[in-house]
Amino acid sequence: MAVTRVVMPKLSEAMESGKVIKWIKKEGDRVQGGDVLAEIETDKADVEMEAFGSGVLRKILVPAGERAEVGGLIAVIADANEDVSSVVGGAPARAAGAPPAPSPGEAGAPSRADERAPAAPKMPQREEFVTRTAPPPEAAVAPAEAPAPAVPSVDGERVKASPLARKIAAQAGVDLRLIQGSGPGGRVIRRDVEAAATGAARPALEAVPAPPAPARPAAPAAVAAAPAVEYEDVALSSMRAMIARRMPLSKAPVPHFYVTTEVAMDRAWELREQLNAMEGSPKISVNDFVIRACAIALLQHPNVNASFQGETVRVWHRAHIGIAVALDEGLITPVLRDAHAKSLGRIAVEARDLAERARARKLRAQEMSGATFSVSNLGMFGVTEFSAIINPPEGAILAVGAVRRIPVADEAGQLSVGRRMAMTLSCDHRVMDGAMGARFLADVKRLLEEPLRLVV
Amino acid sequence: MAKTLNHQDVAPVIEPALARKLLSQMMLIRRFEEKAAEAYALGKIGGFLHLSIGEEAVAAGAISVLRPDDYAISTYREHGHCLAKGSDPKRVMAELYGRRDGLSKGKGGSMHLFDKTHGFLGGHAIVGAHLPLAAGVGFAIKYRGEDRVIVCFFGDGAVPQGEFHEALNIASLWKLPVIFICENNRYAMGTALERALAETEIYKLGRSYRMPCEPVDGMDVLAVRDVVARAVERARADGTPSLLEARTYRFRGHSMRDPAAAVYRTKEEVERERLRDPIVLFRARALESGALTESDVADLEKSVNDTVDEAVAFADGSPEPPEEWLLTDIYKKD
Amino acid sequence: MAVMTYREALNQALREELRRDERVFVIGEEVGLYDGAYKVTQGLLKEFGAKRIVDTPIAESGFTGVGIGAAMVGLRPVVEMMTFNFALVALDQIVNAAAKLSYMSGGQFNVPIVIRGPGGPAHQLAAQHSQSMEVYFYHVPGLKVVRPSTPADAKGLLKSAIRDDNPVVFIESETLYGIKGEVPDDPDFTIPLGQAVVRREGRDVTVIAYTGMLYRALEAAEALEKEGISVEIVDPRTLRPMDVPTIIGSVRKTHRVVVAEAGAGFAGMGSEISAFITEQAFDDLDAPVERVTGANAPMPYAKNLERAKTPSKEKIMAAVRRVCYANGS
Repeated sequence: MAVTRVVMPKLSEAMESGKVIKWIKKEGDRVQGGDVLAEIETDKADVEMEAFGSGVLRKILVPAGERAEVGGLIAVIADANEDVSSVVGGAPARAAGAPPAPSPGEAGAPSRADERAPAAPKMPQREEFVTRTAPPPEAAVAPAEAPAPAVPSVDGERVKASPLARKIAAQAGVDLRLIQGSGPGGRVIRRDVEAAATGAARPALEAVPAPPAPARPAAPAAVAAAPAVEYEDVALSSMRAMIARRMPLSKAPVPHFYVTTEVAMDRAWELREQLNAMEGSPKISVNDFVIRACAIALLQHPNVNASFQGETVRVWHRAHIGIAVALDEGLITPVLRDAHAKSLGRIAVEARDLAERARARKLRAQEMSGATFSVSNLGMFGVTEFSAIINPPEGAILAVGAVRRIPVADEAGQLSVGRRMAMTLSCDHRVMDGAMGARFLADVKRLLEEPLRLVV
Repeated sequence: MAKTLNHQDVAPVIEPALARKLLSQMMLIRRFEEKAAEAYALGKIGGFLHLSIGEEAVAAGAISVLRPDDYAISTYREHGHCLAKGSDPKRVMAELYGRRDGLSKGKGGSMHLFDKTHGFLGGHAIVGAHLPLAAGVGFAIKYRGEDRVIVCFFGDGAVPQGEFHEALNIASLWKLPVIFICENNRYAMGTALERALAETEIYKLGRSYRMPCEPVDGMDVLAVRDVVARAVERARADGTPSLLEARTYRFRGHSMRDPAAAVYRTKEEVERERLRDPIVLFRARALESGALTESDVADLEKSVNDTVDEAVAFADGSPEPPEEWLLTDIYKKD
Repeated sequence: MAVMTYREALNQALREELRRDERVFVIGEEVGLYDGAYKVTQGLLKEFGAKRIVDTPIAESGFTGVGIGAAMVGLRPVVEMMTFNFALVALDQIVNAAAKLSYMSGGQFNVPIVIRGPGGPAHQLAAQHSQSMEVYFYHVPGLKVVRPSTPADAKGLLKSAIRDDNPVVFIESETLYGIKGEVPDDPDFTIPLGQAVVRREGRDVTVIAYTGMLYRALEAAEALEKEGISVEIVDPRTLRPMDVPTIIGSVRKTHRVVVAEAGAGFAGMGSEISAFITEQAFDDLDAPVERVTGANAPMPYAKNLERAKTPSKEKIMAAVRRVCYANGS
C-alpha cells in the first residue's frame, strides 16, 4: 500500500502557512479518504482538513498549536505494517522559528512521536513590560500566527509559476491557482502541474527554507495586570496581518476612483417588509437587495465585472459577489457565487449562511476566493456614506451606507419624509472609466428604486 | 647631414608633363577639400572633417614617385593621399557624403577612405596605430619577394605614440620596404611640437633605429618628390625603410570644428605660413621655368574645378546606403 | 585516431596548415628559436624556417599590427600571444583594426588572422597572468572567438580558424595543455567555427561550460547522476558566433540551465547566454537560469584564495540542485 504524505493544504491563494488547531484523528487511528483529520487555522478561517488517502494515521509531525508552511509534511498515513521511516525521516515542515509547544511540566519539546496530542501551550509568564517585539527564548509562547513573510510580491494575486509550468498548465487546461507550488516561495513548477494534471498526489515541498515567522509578543492578558502602561503593542492576528499586507497592495498600485449616488429606498423598504411578512419566506436584508441589484447590473455592465490582467482585461460573464463581513478581529469576504442566477430569496439564504460561517470561521477555502465584485455595507453601524478599497483582482467594490429617513422635496417642492441610502462605487481606473462606473451605478440605483425588477 | 630644405638641389628644368601632373594634383586636392568644407557647412557631410589644405605638396610629391602597384596608408587626414593615389574623386566625395557609391559604401566616411584597386590601405583614425599595419604590409611584400613599397603617412602627433617606435624598430630590424613620411605640421591637434616631443627634429629619431632619415620642405613639391624617390629606390633595392620628415603647415583648423587660428597658434603665424602656399609657389616656378603657360594653368584650373563639381554632383545624386547594409561586410563569407 | 595532448594537437594543426598554405606564417614572442613559451610551436622553426616562424621583439601592439597589415594584403598570419593577458596591449589593434577593417572599407579588405595563445585561470600566476580573457573580445562585431576544450577540438578548430577569412581570437586553456585525447589523423579534419557540441546527454538540466569549467561540470554530472539528476552538458566551443540553436534545443529538452564560467560573473558569458535563453526559450524554463562564475575579484596568488576564486565542482552541483528543486542545496 502506498504511503500518503499529509501536507499543510493551501486553502487560500495567499496562504503561506497554517496552524493545526487540533487533530481530530490521533496516531494509530484508521483513516478513510475524506475523513476529517484535523482543523487548520488559516489567514482567514478555520478549516477542516480531509484525508486524501486511507490507512492508519501513523505519525503526526506537527502537533496541535504549531504552524507548518503550505506544502509541508504534517502527518503520514500508511498501512499499519508499512515502514514510514524514510518519509518521516525528512525534516518536519514546522514553520521555522516557531518553537514547539512544550507540555506542562516538561522542559523541552514533547516528543513528536508522543501518543498523546500535545497539551495546550503554557501561558506566558507575566511580564513587567508588555511592550516588546519578541519573547525571550525561554518563554513558552503561542506559536507565531503571522504568516511567514515570504518573497514579497507586488501583486498579491499573481500565481508564481515557472514559464514552463504556465505553458503546460495552459495546454492541459489546469488552473494554476488551484495548484500548490513546490518550488522556492511556492513557485508552481513543471512537476506540480503534471501531478495536478494526472491527479497524482501533490509532492511535498522540498527543502525550501522559509524565513522565520515572527513569534507573537506577549499576550494582551498581561495588560489588565498592568493598567499603568501608557500604551501597548498588540500582536497582529493572522487576519489583521493579512489585511495589513494586502490592502496596500490594492490601494497603492490600483488607481481608485469613486462614484457616489443616493438611492430612494422607499419602495424597496416597502417590498422588503411585505416579503419578510410572508410566512415561510427567508428573511431578506437591504443588503440582499443590493447584492441582487448588483448581480443583475454586472451582467449588463461587463466592464465593471472585470479584472485588470496586465496585458488584458478579464471580463467575467458570471457575477461572483464578495460580501464583506465584519469580524471582531478584522474583515472577511465570503463569495456568493453566480449571484446573477439566484433569486432574492436564495441570495438571502446563502448570504446569511456565509456570514454566519464566516463569523464562526468555518468557511471552506473555495468560499473565500474568486469574487468578481464586492459589496461592503456598513449601514448597520449607522455609517451614512463611505468608500471602500478594491480587493484585487476585482475591478470594483460597492460601499453601501445606512438607509436613513430624511426630509425630501418632491418636484413640486413639497416636503415629506423619505428613505435614502448612499452608495459609493470604487473603481479600478485601469479597467474602467468614470462614465462606465456611473452608468453601472445608475442601473443599480434604478433597480433598487424599481425593486419589482429584483423579484421577477 | 641629410639633404637640405633647399630646392636648389632639384633639377632646375621641370618637365611640362610633370609640372602639369603635380600642379593639377595639388589643385585637385585643394579644390576638393574647399568643396568638402562647403558641403560640411551645408550639413551634407557629418562627423569629423579634417582638411589638409596647405599640405598638398606632401601627398602629391610623395605619391608621384610610386608605381601603381605600390601601397599607401594614412591617417584620418587622408583625402589628399587617397586622391593622389588615383581614387575617383566622385567616389571619395560620395564617401564623405555617406552615400551608397562611396569607396566604402558610405560605411567609412571621411576618416576611413579605402581603395583596394588603387592600393590605398586606408584612413585610420587611431593616432599611430596604422604604422604597425604599414610594417605588416612591408612584411608581406618581403615575404612574397616582391619589389613593391608602401608609403605610410602620419602626423607629428603620432611620434610620441609607442606604435611609432615599435613600427620603426620592427621595420628596420627586419628590413621592411616602408617609407614612413611624417607630415610635420607643427601641431598635434592643438599641442605644439615643443609641448609634445623631447626631440623636435623628428627625422633624427630614425637614427635611433638605424634607418635612413631626412627632413624635407613639405611646401616644396619637387623637394618632397626628390627625397621620397630616393627612399623608394632604397626600399625597392633591399627593403631598407626610411623616415622622412616633411615640414609643412595646415592652413585650416584641426577639423571643421576648429577655427584656423585658434588659441594654440596666432593669426599672424597662419598668415605668415600662407606665404609658403605650396600651390602658389609651384605655379610660380612652373611659369617661371616655362614648363607651363598662364593659359595651361587656367585650363588646369578649369578642368580641376569641373572634376570637383562633378564629384559633388555625383555625391549629391548617390542614394543613401540601404538599411540592410548595416549588417553586411562585418564578416567575409567563406 | 592518435592519442595526443592538447598542446600536440595545436602543434599538429599549425604544422598541417603551414604545409598546406604558403600564405600561413606564425609570428610572436619566442615562437621560433625558443620553441614556444608553452611549446605549442615546438619544432616549427626547424621545419619551416625563420621566414615563416617569426620571432618578434616584445611589442604586442607592433607585431599584432604587422599581422593585420600582412593579412590586409593577403597573408594568413597566426599571431601568438605568449599568454592572452598580453593581448590587452594589442587590444586597439584587434578591436579597432582587425575587427573593423572589413566594415570600414565596405568589404574591400578582410583580415584573415588568428590571434592565439593560452588564457583562463592558471596555477598561482596571480592577477596579471591568470584570468579569463574572452570577455574582452566576444563583445566585438567583426571578431570570432574560440575556446577549445579537448585535444581534438583544439586541432579541428585551430585549422578552421586559420582557414577562416576573418579575424579569429583563439584562446587556448593554459591548464589543459597537458590533457590527452583522441585526435583524428586526417589532415583535412576540421571543426566548423560556430558549432557547439553536446558533451554529455541528460534529461533534467543543461549545464553550459567550456575549457576548465567543462571538466568541473563533467565531474559534477557524474556525482549528480548518483543523486538521480541527469545532466546534459553543452560546450559552445565558439563563443562568437555562438551556436544558439544547439543551446536552445537542449534547454527545450531539459527546461533548466546552469552556466559555468571561470571569469568574473558581471556581464560575463553567462549573462549573455541567460539573456538569449530568456528571450528565446522563456516558456520552456522551469527555473531561472543559474550562473556559476568566478568571484568578482582579480585572481589572487595564495593557493586557497585561488581555489576560492574559480568555481568548483561543488558549486556547480549546488546550482544544478537549485534549478532542479532538489534536496540538499
